[in-house]
This record gives sequence, C-alpha cells and structure tokens, in this order.
Amino acid sequence: MAKITLTATKTPELRLEAENISPDIFAGKSVAEIAQLHVFVGKESQKLGDYFEVAGESGSTAANTTIVINGDVSRVKYIGMKMTDGEVIINGDADMYVGAWMSGGKITANGSVDAFSGLGMTGGELTVKGNAGNYLGAAYRGDWRGMQGGIIRVSGNAGSDIGTFMRGGTIIIGGNVDVHVGTHMEGGTIIVKGDAKSRVGGQMVKGEIYVFGDIEVMMPGFQYRKDVDIEVDGTEGSFALYEGDIGERHGKKKGETIYGQLYMKY
Amino acid sequence: MAKIVTDVVCPFCGTLCDDLEVALDDSGEKILEVYNACAIGATKFLHSQAEDRLTRPRMKQEDGSWKDVTYDEAVEYTAKMLVDAKKPLMYGWSSTSCSAQSIGSELGEEVGACMDNTATVCHGSTLIAVQDVGVPSATLGEIANRADRVVFWGCNPAHAHPRHMSRYSIFPRGFFTGKGSKSRKMVVVDPRKTDTAKMADIHLQLEQGRDYELLSAIRIAIRGEKLPETVAGIPAKTIKEVADTLKSGRFSVIFFGMGVTHSLGKNHNIDIAIAVTRDLNDYTKAAIIPMRGHYNVTGSGQVWGWQFGYPFCLDLSRGFPRYNPGDSSSNDLLIRDEVDAVFTLGSDPGAHFPVGSVKKIAQLPSVCIDPHITPTSAVSKLHVPVAFVGVEVGGCAYRMDNVPIETRKVVEPPEGMLTDEEFLAKVLDRVKKIKGVA
Ligand code: SF4
Repeated sequence: MAKITLTATKTPELRLEAENISPDIFAGKSVAEIAQLHVFVGKESQKLGDYFEVAGESGSTAANTTIVINGDVSRVKYIGMKMTDGEVIINGDADMYVGAWMSGGKITANGSVDAFSGLGMTGGELTVKGNAGNYLGAAYRGDWRGMQGGIIRVSGNAGSDIGTFMRGGTIIIGGNVDVHVGTHMEGGTIIVKGDAKSRVGGQMVKGEIYVFGDIEVMMPGFQYRKDVDIEVDGTEGSFALYEGDIGERHGKKKGETIYGQLYMKY
Repeated sequence: MAKIVTDVVCPFCGTLCDDLEVALDDSGEKILEVYNACAIGATKFLHSQAEDRLTRPRMKQEDGSWKDVTYDEAVEYTAKMLVDAKKPLMYGWSSTSCSAQSIGSELGEEVGACMDNTATVCHGSTLIAVQDVGVPSATLGEIANRADRVVFWGCNPAHAHPRHMSRYSIFPRGFFTGKGSKSRKMVVVDPRKTDTAKMADIHLQLEQGRDYELLSAIRIAIRGEKLPETVAGIPAKTIKEVADTLKSGRFSVIFFGMGVTHSLGKNHNIDIAIAVTRDLNDYTKAAIIPMRGHYNVTGSGQVWGWQFGYPFCLDLSRGFPRYNPGDSSSNDLLIRDEVDAVFTLGSDPGAHFPVGSVKKIAQLPSVCIDPHITPTSAVSKLHVPVAFVGVEVGGCAYRMDNVPIETRKVVEPPEGMLTDEEFLAKVLDRVKKIKGVA
C-alpha cells in the first residue's frame, strides 16, 4: 500500500477546514499536487502545503492509499470526511467531523477526536484510541438518518448525543458516555462498556443498546421483559432486557410490536 | 393638551403588545407617559428620553478612555474590520427590524461572516427540535379564543412576558372561552414555585433537569401504558391526572421557555414536548408555542430562513450557508478561537454570554451597535449608538407566534442620529468599495 505522510508544520491561528485530507482525493496525485490542494481558514483559501510537510507516495486509487498524519492536528476539521476507501492514521488528537459521512475504508485516531465524528456514516471503520466528543455517529442537523453502517470503536469515553437517529452499524464505547444515547434510534447497535448518565434510548423505535455499567436515571418508557445470557463484543454475561421507548410510535412485524431493546449487564 | 399616539407596538418582548398609547408633550418631541404597557415595556420608551443618552459613536483609546468619533469614522472602522477578518462573527439581530436584519444579511454574505442571533442562547434549541420533528403550532389569537388547557413549561410569564397571560393565554374572554380564566385549566411545570406557578391549577414541581423524563412519562400516560411509581419526583397518579386534563380539553397549548430550552438535554426537551403535542392531537386539538424573548428574535430567524435556509448559527465564510449549532454557534466560535473580529447589533452578549466568551470579545477587534451603554459596549473597541427601533423609527417585527407586526415611530431620534438600517447600509456600501465590487 502506498503511503503519504503529512507532518503538521504550523498551528493554524483559527481552525483549519481540511476536507481534502482523504485517500479519495490524494489517490493518483503527486506530493507536489497534494501540497497544492486547498484548505480554508475562514474565508481565506490556503494550501495544504502551508500547514503540512507532504512526503511519500500516493496509490493509484483510494483503496491502496494510506495517509499518516503526524504532529498537532487538534485544530484541523473534516479529516477523512466522505472517504470511501483506503486508510487514514492520525497520530494525535483531531478536531471535529473526523470520518463524517464516510462510506468505506479505515480511520485510526491514536488520540482523541472532537464532536460530530462519524456523523451520518454509512460504512467503513472508525477507531479512536482516546475519547470522542458529542454527536458521535449521529445525524446531521435536521437529517433523520444518523449512522447507517460501518463500525465506530472508541477506547475512552464519549460525549453526549451519540447515535442520534442511528439506523444501522455499530458504536462501541470502552468507557463512559454522557446523556442522550441513541435518541430516536431506528436500528443498529450501541455498546457502552462503562456507565451512562440519563436518557438512554429516549424516543427509541428499534435497534439495540447494551450498557455494561450503570445508568444513572432510567427512561420511564422502558419495561423489563426477561434475563438473557449472551455474548456481547467478546464478553459473555447475564443481561436484563428492557424494551421501549413505550411512549414512542412502534411498527409491527407478524402481528408483534417491535420495540427498541436495552440490555443492562448484571 | 398632551398629544396621544394610539396603537403603538411595544418593542421589548416577544409578546409584541400592539395596544399601547403614548402621551407626548405639546411639541410632540417628548414622551410623557406610556399607557397599557407593562413596567418593562414602558421603561423602554422612557429610556429613549434619558438626558445622558449617547448620540455619537465613540472609540476606545489605548488608556481605556472613550473618544467621540463621527459616524463616517465608525463606518470606516467597521467596514475595514469586517473585510480584514478571516472569519468575523456578526451577532445579535434580535432588537431591530426585519429590514435592518436583511441588510445585515447582505453585509454578512459580502464579508463571509458567521451570523448568529440571540436564539443561540435561548430558543435555538427549539429551532433544532422543530427541524428534527416539525411543529404543530397556532397563533396567540387562536389561543385567546380557543385554548382551555394552558401549560407553562419552564417559563415564568408573570415576570418575563408580563402581559402574555392577560392578553392571550389565561384571562381574556375569547369567542369559545367566554368565562376567561374560569374556562381554562392552567398547568405549570417548574422546579421553582414562581409567581406563575402560584396561579396554576396544577403545579408540577419536578426535579431540576428531569424534563425529558417527565414529558416522556406524559406520553406514556396519554397512551394509557404502565408508568413507574414516580418520574422526576412526580407521582404516577399526578402525571396521569395531567395527561387526562390535557386530553379532555377542547384545545390544549404548551408554552415553554428557557427553563427547558437551556437546561439538560436542550433541543431534546423540546423535541419530546412536540411529541407530546402531536400525541394529544389524537384526542383533541393541541399546539405548542415558544415564549420568545427579544421582540424580534423570531423575525431574525424568519429573515435568515428565507434568505439562507437556516434560522441561526449561519456560517457564510465559504460563500454558501452552512449551519451546525455546536460548531457554528457564537459561544463555540468564541471559546474555540474560531473568529477574529466581533460585530454586535441589537443584543447584549456581554451580559448574557459566559465570561470566557466575553473576554474573547474584549481581546478581538469589535464593534457594538446599540442605543444603550451595555456590558457589550463596554468591552468593544467601537460603540455606535443608533435610533431606537419601534420608538424613533418603525419597522417590521415578528411576534413569538410568527405573526409579523409593523412597529410604529412615535418620536424623532436626536438630531443627526442614524438608524440601524442606515448605518448598515453605509457599512455595506463602504465594504463594496473596499473590495472593489461597487
Ligand atoms: S408584555 Fe412584552 S410586549 Fe407587552 S408591554 Fe410588556 S414588554 Fe411590551
């Protein structure tokens, strides 16, 4: 696989909008061409090369292109946005919208990512070794389609509003999460290995949420059904199954009402 | 004999009362008294007459003192600041007319600004919820004539919108509500025992920050499903009673304020309150209306809505409108060092933003357009006083229920003072000249 290395040379004064950092855009371009790609600071269009040292070689297609980012990109937005294939490795913290609307390929952030990462994602893998911000795998404002496919794995904690309007795919959080998990969820799976605060599965229609730790305040619309012994992401255990959100509309399948499912580990 | 100006519109809060009468002295230049208005509304009119009112722009000097400048110098500084900035923030827009807002939009587009209004710290979350799930609404006229179940959720109109209850929601005798407050049942949801709560038939004194859970519980009760013993500290029996009260009415309305829009969950609280309203429509007629604060914050959302497609938190820096509260919202922009100049018109972030944001305003090139001396004008580099909209110049404003009302000019502004609209037009003109596009 061909590898392009971006090394941050300068901290942007405001924030940098760099949606061009994607294997789809880099593929088939020379180092010089990549350095010429635009980045935005507010209304000013500047060059990627003004902020990064570009080295290595890109592949002929996105699929065989890997981008390695070194240095401080904690003020750089949109890394890997809309990527369809290939790989991005971020050796540090990144700003908002990492992997937003990605449909394929792999992003590994060895640090933390800020809000709106994996927004409306339809495929691929987003792995975060640090923490993730708010709205992870959620829908863009006004959109009714949050994450629809692919997998997001966060080793640390995540913020609030994860998986809002989620319709498919899997989000796995190693640590704790803030309020509002899977609000308006209509499919997919969210696994929280730590604790959750309140409002888990509020207005949920369909899909599954697993919480290994505690839920500070349970939504009134979840009703206990039964205990089950299952394996979740490699961990076997007994879970209490709740169904909800009872207050929300629910479809029917073979005469049976379908509810969202919330599993709490004993 | 004092001259009385009738049918004056109050440019203070989102209730936009349109029945004020203002008594002027013989010359017709001085306001003597304001009738029908509440205390805050009347004060606004009388304040425009203050002896020590600023009538010319002033620049802050190196040593912190102020120096008077001409309007032309103010226009020059503002235009240059906006053109030079990579990402200027243009904030406010709630206490001015729709036509001033419209010229402001043109200016914002020309300089690639981030534009935001006071909804960002009040009902912005409402706008997000409406975008997510829609909204069954009504006008205040319909409420006065029809509503027999009135809920005030996280708001205190007795103090914030003093004539709301007497003009529209509780006391008026409407066509189908002939007995006034006797034909209505009033429910207040508030963790505090406010003056509004004291008047209620039912006061749900819920645990702070548990609005989302309580609203969810009301939905469950409306559906007749099983509830936990208590939710948000309220017994299931009381929740059922409230659900039945709302279902049994001929027309239920939920009014809500910043107690729910900016407590835990923000837009989700409104989202689920809209869901409750929608559920109620299976049984009766129901509507939901935000208690908007500034008299024309609603108009600012309307103007931007039809000009850019989004009601607040606009980012025009890339030449097309983008919108994502949390990213393009004023406080996030300021705290995250994303903007490099601040322009304020028709509101007072200095008094309402977190101190971290206000410090940023103080550090950056900044202009404050406001007839009053405010905490914002105090931290800005340039302060431009202008005429009072709705007192010294007319203009369109939108009431909290989205009804546009033309405000009236009552007296002349002090000699030589510009209006918001005139000042913005001059800055726009100057910006175009600097950029060489006019
Ligand atoms: S209720 Fe609002 S609009 Fe009416 S007089 Fe008082 S401040 Fe003015």
